[in-house]
Amino acid sequence: MADIASPTAETRSWYKRNEIAVTPWLFLLPGIAFFALYVIIPIFQSFWISFYEWDGLGEKVWVGTAHYERLLGGDRKFEVSFWNNIKWLFLYLLAIPGGLFIALLLNQTVRGIRLYKSLFFFPFVISQVVVGLVFSWFYLPNDGLFDIIVGTFGIDIKGGVLGNPNTATYGIIAAGLWPQTAYCMILYLTGLNAVDPEQVEAARLDGAKGWKMLWYVILPQLKPATFIAFVVTIIGALRSFDFIAVMTNGGPFGSTRVLSFYMFEESLSEFGFRMGYGAAIAVVLFFIMLFFITYFLYSMYRDEKGAR
Amino acid sequence: MHNFLKASTAALALAVAATGANADGHALSGDLRIISDMSNPAPRAVMEGLVADFGAMHPDLNIELDIVDRDGWKTQIRNALSANPPDVVNWYAATRMTPYVDAGLFMDVSDLWAEEHFDALASTKGAMTLDGKQWGVPYTYYQWGIYYRKDIFDELGLSEPTTWEEEKANCQAIIDSGRKCYTIGTKFLWTAGGWFDYINSRTHGYDFHIQLANGEVEWTDDRVKQTFANWRELIDMGAFVEDHQSMSWQESLPALVEGDAAAILKGNFAVAPLRDAGLTDDQLDFYQFPTITEGVAPAEDAPTDTFHIASGAQNVKAAKEFLRFVTSADVQTAINSGDALGQLPVNANASVSDDKFVNEGFDMLSNNASGGIMQFFDRDFPAEMASAGMEGLQEFMVFPDNLDDILARLEDARQRIYK
Repeated sequence: MADIASPTAETRSWYKRNEIAVTPWLFLLPGIAFFALYVIIPIFQSFWISFYEWDGLGEKVWVGTAHYERLLGGDRKFEVSFWNNIKWLFLYLLAIPGGLFIALLLNQTVRGIRLYKSLFFFPFVISQVVVGLVFSWFYLPNDGLFDIIVGTFGIDIKGGVLGNPNTATYGIIAAGLWPQTAYCMILYLTGLNAVDPEQVEAARLDGAKGWKMLWYVILPQLKPATFIAFVVTIIGALRSFDFIAVMTNGGPFGSTRVLSFYMFEESLSEFGFRMGYGAAIAVVLFFIMLFFITYFLYSMYRDEKGAR
Repeated sequence: MHNFLKASTAALALAVAATGANADGHALSGDLRIISDMSNPAPRAVMEGLVADFGAMHPDLNIELDIVDRDGWKTQIRNALSANPPDVVNWYAATRMTPYVDAGLFMDVSDLWAEEHFDALASTKGAMTLDGKQWGVPYTYYQWGIYYRKDIFDELGLSEPTTWEEEKANCQAIIDSGRKCYTIGTKFLWTAGGWFDYINSRTHGYDFHIQLANGEVEWTDDRVKQTFANWRELIDMGAFVEDHQSMSWQESLPALVEGDAAAILKGNFAVAPLRDAGLTDDQLDFYQFPTITEGVAPAEDAPTDTFHIASGAQNVKAAKEFLRFVTSADVQTAINSGDALGQLPVNANASVSDDKFVNEGFDMLSNNASGGIMQFFDRDFPAEMASAGMEGLQEFMVFPDNLDDILARLEDARQRIYK
């Protein structure tokens, strides 16, 4: 019928007729294909493997939900890893106020400020492995600078910071905070560039300064930067793997494990032959991350709706 | 190095003569792919020398050698063997082979072991056997024992102990002189396994130790507790260096070099770094781990390193010839000599290097290891049990009071792992 109604349509090819609808998908196609191949499909494969007992080499044996029952029904290593993850999540968030503070400090026009900025940003540029190594020397018992400093206050940490199960996780988080604070700082610095000087001027005329200026005028304008800082910090905390592998290797006696490290240990490390169990841990970690990501996506969606 | 090359050239000539008859004239050809984990400087030179010599013997054979990081290989071997497998790989003896044997990734080489040539390797056959078949060949092994500072012992008027009582008395004297008896670094866990191997096998014998490794004894058994009680005597004395959980074994050596600790329980590979750090053979000496329970035959840790043929190997003929080559008496003499690996040859017809420690080790293993040969905690126990176990051992060394809890955890792991 369309043919009869508009004879010109027949002369145009199918692509020409649908160009506007199809073209975006064509451009998206490579991205979608690779995202599916390397992210989406492996997620479902992990679900699948987590129902099997498999050493990564031989036959898979179906065990149903046995791995999950064991994980959630009193696997102490899992509990330790889980609570360490929670510690990471909350303490890592200190990077956000820390980054904001340094950004405010550096957001001024002084001679050589670029140099100071780059020095503060430096830890984010160097590899996490290097940061981990530097901190583990810093924490060395007896010879390490940290031990000498706290030693002058009469504090002696038995086994050194990383050798004592009560302090090791906090020691690693502190090391992780160093580059993460730098990251948040750079996010806030760019955010501060976008702060509207007229609003600041207006607030100043109205007599706002100090805390009030920061809280009611500057921070609301930094909201996008804060949002991004939250997202990268939470995700960074949940995938904290490098620091642990370099600084303590999960020890002493497994007290610094987090879920991602535990997963690696069970399935891929020197003595790890439990692909199914590792996959089950990965699935649990996936849902924890999904919880946060959903929350962020939802709040982003809500904000966009509110803006309209 | 020059000596080694000369020695191996001589070995080569002899090996040609020895295996010439075997290969009855027809030359090997095609590609031979080898992945080796001999990545430390001296072993790397040995491996490259082996390939060069073997290549010279078989000019039509194109040998491709990949040397990968020794620790990295422990996790890479799975992928290497399952996708596009090479012909020959390095690995370790005993239970450590199990996952690859069970998955059918190592080739059964029992036919090689049936050859006359392999009679000279009889002493290591047991370590290469699983399910009644042999799955590879050894190329070197080394003793474990207590390496100590002879000058400190002389200063305190101590002699090499042979019983547990003497060991403890010595240790008390060392502690009283303001030193620690033993240095150790347990950050990577396995070093604690050596102490457990020795105290357990000296307390209850080799058979009990292997039963425990095979999951036939409960970890909460009173005999296991007795082992830990013996170990605890040393811990409570303050025999071990402090903060060992933050150190690797390499980082624990300076205590011995500087004389803050008098001894270390370690494999013969510790000698090279200690010599490099400046200890002379007059300062450093070796003794066998002392008897604990009277009448228990001494078992020794002597880990064996091995070559295997992947079941997906393309050039099986050349691979088998290479295995014959590395185990032949002359090659064994050459690669285990003091200026090469500095360890013990697996072939009974090979000669042992004139190194002091290699000789003492050879003598100990030949004449005074009637209990049996252990491969080491992480090679005798299945992977999962070893990893849980070593973590528990480290915790025990730092918090001996947690023992009951640790043993309950290990028992839980045992019931799950052995089925």
